[in-house]
Formats: sequence, structure tokens, C-alpha cells
Amino acid sequence: MYLLEVKALSKYFGGVRAVEDVSFNTQSRTIFSIIGPNGAGKTTLFNCLTGFLKPTKGNIIFSDKDISGSSPDKISRMGISRTFQNIRLFKEMTVIENVMVAQHSKIRCGLLSAIIRSPSFKQEELTIKEKSFEYLELLGLENYKDNIAGSLPYGIQRKLEIARALATEASLVLLDEPTAGMNPQETEEMMTTIKNLRDLGKTVILIEHDMRVVMGISERIIVLDHGVKIAEGSPEEIKNNPMVIEAYLGKETH
Amino acid sequence: MKKLLEKTRKYLMPLIIALWFSFLLLPFKGIKASAFLFIVLSLAIPAMQLLSNFIKKIHLPQIDFNRYIPQDKRYLPLLLIPLAAVPFLAEDYIIDVAIMSGIYIILALGLNVVIGFTGLLNLGFVAFYAIGAYSYALINTNLGLGFWSAMPISVLLTTISGFLLAIPAMRLKGDYLAIVTLGFGEIVRLIFNNWDSFTKGPNGISGIDPPFLFILPIDSLPDFYYLVLLLVIISVFIMTRVKASKIGRAWIAIREDEIASSAVGINKTLHKLYSFAFGAFWAGLAGCLFAAKMRFVSPESFTFMESVLVLCMVILGGLGSIRGVIFGAIILVFLPEALREVQMYRMLALGAGLVLLMIFRPQGLFRGESVSTRS
Repeated sequence: MYLLEVKALSKYFGGVRAVEDVSFNTQSRTIFSIIGPNGAGKTTLFNCLTGFLKPTKGNIIFSDKDISGSSPDKISRMGISRTFQNIRLFKEMTVIENVMVAQHSKIRCGLLSAIIRSPSFKQEELTIKEKSFEYLELLGLENYKDNIAGSLPYGIQRKLEIARALATEASLVLLDEPTAGMNPQETEEMMTTIKNLRDLGKTVILIEHDMRVVMGISERIIVLDHGVKIAEGSPEEIKNNPMVIEAYLGKETH
Repeated sequence: MKKLLEKTRKYLMPLIIALWFSFLLLPFKGIKASAFLFIVLSLAIPAMQLLSNFIKKIHLPQIDFNRYIPQDKRYLPLLLIPLAAVPFLAEDYIIDVAIMSGIYIILALGLNVVIGFTGLLNLGFVAFYAIGAYSYALINTNLGLGFWSAMPISVLLTTISGFLLAIPAMRLKGDYLAIVTLGFGEIVRLIFNNWDSFTKGPNGISGIDPPFLFILPIDSLPDFYYLVLLLVIISVFIMTRVKASKIGRAWIAIREDEIASSAVGINKTLHKLYSFAFGAFWAGLAGCLFAAKMRFVSPESFTFMESVLVLCMVILGGLGSIRGVIFGAIILVFLPEALREVQMYRMLALGAGLVLLMIFRPQGLFRGESVSTRS
């Protein structure tokens, strides 16, 4: 039983085949990595999975439901959340507000109870705020709670984006280059964080360029090159796969 | 060598520009006018450069106006005392201006939902104001319904029209949305202007009833002032609470980053619709009050300039800030009145003031108040 099944997924932009016939399955509570050279179609694949792009062909099955072609907000509510390669925070909101927004679909109270501040509204807001604080603690951001998100250093912003993705209470979290631009120590922390997520019962799909991260934490890896899946396996298998070495380093000529 | 070239360029450029313009003028106005233009331009261009350099160098301290306002909500009721005392202390003229600023506060708060919270540039907001005012006027004069029964109907109609505009407009962003809403504003005004049999065209509708309190008409200025004050308080109250709720946070998230907002599960189309309709709701209420106060409506009151004025109120106060918008509305209603002394220059002075504000404080007076933690 897989949490996510991708079946023969293709995405064409006119004549450009960004993703071509990619299939893979992700087991629940694992860390799954997608690697590949620049322009291999990794982010396009993410965009298809999260509904920002409609796949040209193929199906995406998430916990037994076909979600291919659904809108991003619907997919998010079904339990897939993501971060972005170029950080996309709500910059003028405070850190905790950023996380509170992500619990949007968990709030039941409507406009009227918000206006009269009914007890259930107050209770719900309080719960949301407490939960948001827990997510901040999980990422070690509790001291930044009331800072304006846009004013924070880069590494903190990346963490906040992950906290926000978690706050949607998604079971599957897609992280697009979570360690990009981080120093070795921050990268180390991020690896621990990602492992923690898995231990909390989340499934993580990772796009990553840092091989130390990929090989260090993933249980399964697929390799894309020019939109095509060229390899799949455990870190050990990928490391020794001649196709992968060729894609990254080029062919031996002599 | 390179430095010399740059220097000659710097000093020669204004002369060349001036020469070119006076050359262009030569065939039309003769040698005398051309020479005059040449002298004026060759002096004015360096002067402008100096001025712009000077402006770049000024760094005004960025005052946080929010700091000077007590954050504690317990003090707010105290504000009621001076507000309630206005009719006893001020002359009729001031009360009249105060009523107008109250109506504009409601209107600007409505636009603030659309532009300030959700970040959708709506240049035809006055259309909803007009629909509110005309609905009340038409319902009252044709069906004979009083203010309290006609107002909810008018406000409902305005809200529905907000929905209707939003449906096609939701596919558009930024500049394109601005143009569509601008067109909508003009269409509504032109309909009221040209549908003679129904709206009496440019002559407008007169003989609108004032609101009644049981059988007493609210038609004196102080009475109407209290009515407007009450509705302003209600609108500010509701607005702050909606801003601090799920829907308010969703609006601001859409303003900050549309893509990220849908990634966290916000249906952005739906929330943009809500935003348009909720904004239109308040414009409709302001329109009813306007019609009931003037007891006369005509298309002249709902021109594009009116949309621009309300937009200025929102931007002056600070997009998204409720107290900012209130200040913006009060300032832009009172200032032209206070500048009446200088008659023909008042609009010029107001315009110059707005330009300076945008140079030195582009975020408006009160930008940066937080969303929900401080409600």
C-alpha cells in the first residue's frame, strides 16, 4: 500500500517534454528524494503533484484518490503540502501568522461567529495559535514568533516555510531544495529536522542538490534526466549506477 | 579624459535639450518665443536635477504613527466622548463636513478590503457607492419604502453586484483588473446618466426621504451625525473582527503571495469573490447614507474622480490599516475644506501634498500593523 502513486506522468510545454512518462511509488513514513541535473524536470514534477501544473498525461494517486489535475488548494486540503525553491512567505505577516494562515482549512467558524466573537470562535483561534506555536517549536523558531517574516535571515525563512507547510497538517510534505544557500551547520540541522518529520509520521519527498543530504537521509531515490526517470533505488544503488554517473558527469570518451 | 567627457556631457546636455525644444517651437511662435523657451529650459533643467539630487539626500525619520496611539482597546470608548460632543460644540458647517467624512470612512473601509487586504486594484469602486445610493433613491421614491427597510435591500443589491463584477474579474490580475474595474465604474455611471425613464438621467432623483426614528425624521444635521457615527462604529467594529478571522488572514495571504496562499489550502478565487462582495457591501451602505443625507442623487456625484479620491484615502492612511484608512478619509475630507481660504490653489496644494507623501512615505501613514495577533 503506497501513499503516493505516480503513473506514467508526462508534462509537455508545447514541444518541450519537461517530464516524460515518469512513474514511482512512495511508501508512507519514508524520505524519498528526487535528484537530477539542472533542468531535469524536478520542479515541474513537483508542480504537477501539487496542482500548480496540469499533467499532460498520466495519473497521480494519493491515498487511493486520483488527484491529477485538481486545483492546488484542493490538493493541499487533501494532505499534500510543499515549500518553494525561491522562498514564498507572506512577507508582511509575522512568523506565527504565517503558520496560522496554513491552518485555514482547519477552521470551522464562519464570518458571523467571527464578528460576534462566539465562544467557539475564541476557542478555535486559541487552539490554532497554540498549534502554530508547536510547529514553530518543532522547527526551533519560537523566539522569532512576532518578527515580520520578510525581515528574517534566509535560513530562518526556509525553516518557516517548512513550518507553514507542516501546519496544513499534510501527511505528505514536498520540500524543494530545503538546504539551498545554507552553510554546513545549517544543512546539518535541516537534515535532523527532516528526519524528525519522518519520525512524526510524515512522508517527505525531497528535491535536493546536496548529495550529502540526499545520500544521508533518503530511503529511496529517483533520478531524472531531461524529464525521464533514469534510475530508482536506495542511496547505495544510485551511487553505483553508471547511468546516474553519466548524467551528472558525462560519458567517458576513451 | 573620460571624466572630462562626462563633465561636458553633464553641462552640455541641458543646453542641447533646451536648444532642441526651442528649435521645435521656432516655426510656430517665432524667434522671440524660442529664445525665451531656450533660456527658461536651460535654467530649469539643471534646477530640476539639483532638486532631485537634493530630495534623494533627505532621509526623513520614519515615524511609526502606530506608536502614538494607545494599543489598549480599553481606551477606545473614551474617544466616544469628544465624538458625541461634536454637535454641541461645532457649527453646522463642521458637522456637515464630519458627516461627509463619516460616509467616506465607511466607503474607504470597503475599498480597503479589496485593495488593502486582498491586494486587488479596483479603480471603479465608486460604482458600488452609486449602486447603493441609486438603489435607495429608487426604492424609496418608487416603492415608498423607508430607510430602514430600503437600506438592507440596497446593500444586498450592491453586494450582489460586487459578486457579479468579481466573477469575470477574478481571471485578471494587477493592471488588467484595474482597467476592467475602471470600465465597470464608467458603465454604471453612464447607465444612471442615460436611462432617463428609470433614473431621470442627468437631472438626478430628488425628494428622497430621510431616515425615520419611529415617526421622527432624522433630517437635522446633529441627528444625522449620530446616525453616521453609529454606523461608522459598527463598520469599524465588524471590520477589525473580520480582519482578525480566518477570512481576513486568507485575504492578506492572497495579497502577500497568491501562489503560496493556494499552496496552504486557500481557495483564492472564492476569497477574492468574498473580498469584492464584502467591500461592495460597505460601499452600498455608504451610498444609502449619502442618498439619505443629500436627499438627492445624480450621476455627477459618482465620477471616476470619486474613485480616485477614495483610493487616495486608502493609500494615504496605509494600505490594509483600518485606523490609517480612517485618518486618511478624515484628512482628505477636511483638508480641502480647511484650504478653502486659498480657493483655487487648494486642489494644487492637496495634490502636491500627496506627491510629497508618496516620495517620503510610500507605505502611507499607518502601514505595518499586524494582522491577527493584535486585533
